[in-house]
Amino acid sequence: MELAFYLSALMAVLATLGVMTNPNPVHAVLYLVVSLLAVALVFFALGAPFAGALEIIVYAGAIMVLFVFVVMMLNLGQATVDQERQWLQPRTWLGPSVLATVLLLTLVSLLWRGDIQAVIEGGGLTARGVGTLLYGPWLLLVELGALLLLAALVTASHVGRIGKVAAPSPAPRDLPTGASTPANGQAHQPSTNGVAGEDV
Amino acid sequence: MNGVPMEHGLVLAAVLFALGLGGLMFRRNMIFVLMSLEVMLNAAGLAFIVAGTGWQQPEGQAMFLLVITLAAAEASVGLALLIQLYHRFRTLNLDVASRMRG
Repeated sequence: MELAFYLSALMAVLATLGVMTNPNPVHAVLYLVVSLLAVALVFFALGAPFAGALEIIVYAGAIMVLFVFVVMMLNLGQATVDQERQWLQPRTWLGPSVLATVLLLTLVSLLWRGDIQAVIEGGGLTARGVGTLLYGPWLLLVELGALLLLAALVTASHVGRIGKVAAPSPAPRDLPTGASTPANGQAHQPSTNGVAGEDV
Repeated sequence: MNGVPMEHGLVLAAVLFALGLGGLMFRRNMIFVLMSLEVMLNAAGLAFIVAGTGWQQPEGQAMFLLVITLAAAEASVGLALLIQLYHRFRTLNLDVASRMRG
């Protein structure tokens, strides 16, 4: 169990480093999937199999598939990779890395000087206990979580629709005569008709 | 050696959180910013799990469930904003969305 913990912890850190330093979005998403699977293995090694299964199903299964879909849909090519590689200069990442390292050192030194004295031996916690807690004293929090998900659904479906957006072109006045406006990439967009009330 | 000391799990969570924070600060592409946010939320959930299993309380896993809910909501809204950004500016560079001079 200890070996599994340390190995998967190392894997999680390395894969997260891969996410942070990779210029290609698709590769970074796949590194993030590996990192989440490694964290799920950490959960299994610590004796929380319910959380590990949830991590795989929800994080690596649902959220990461959403990321992969979006990356595939945007069809980012070599130009994005080149621009990312250009942005990843040492003078860009040196300052933030120093700040994050200082934060990390502070956290680690605080953890080292405390006396937690707890040793995780695994086992004992089942999904039954979690369910009893969630549907007993924490029922209000479950309801609030459901409300949060509903709000996120409404927000995503409102924000994410691609309709007649206000184009950043400077001359929106003479649109009726000019069906031959310079095509700024929106002429072939599928325009949904249900949002015609907000034409700017 | 039997059992993992709780400090090691919390140090792992701190390392993941610091990595995510660094990526959040030095990346300019919105996809990478969202991925760094996911890493940070995941590190917070890991800290909850470590504390819950260390003290043998089910509250840690219940809080992890709520963290996952929050992460799912954040990812969906963030990706919708990303699609809208790409549709308007044809780029994912966050610096172009600066009409409010922020």
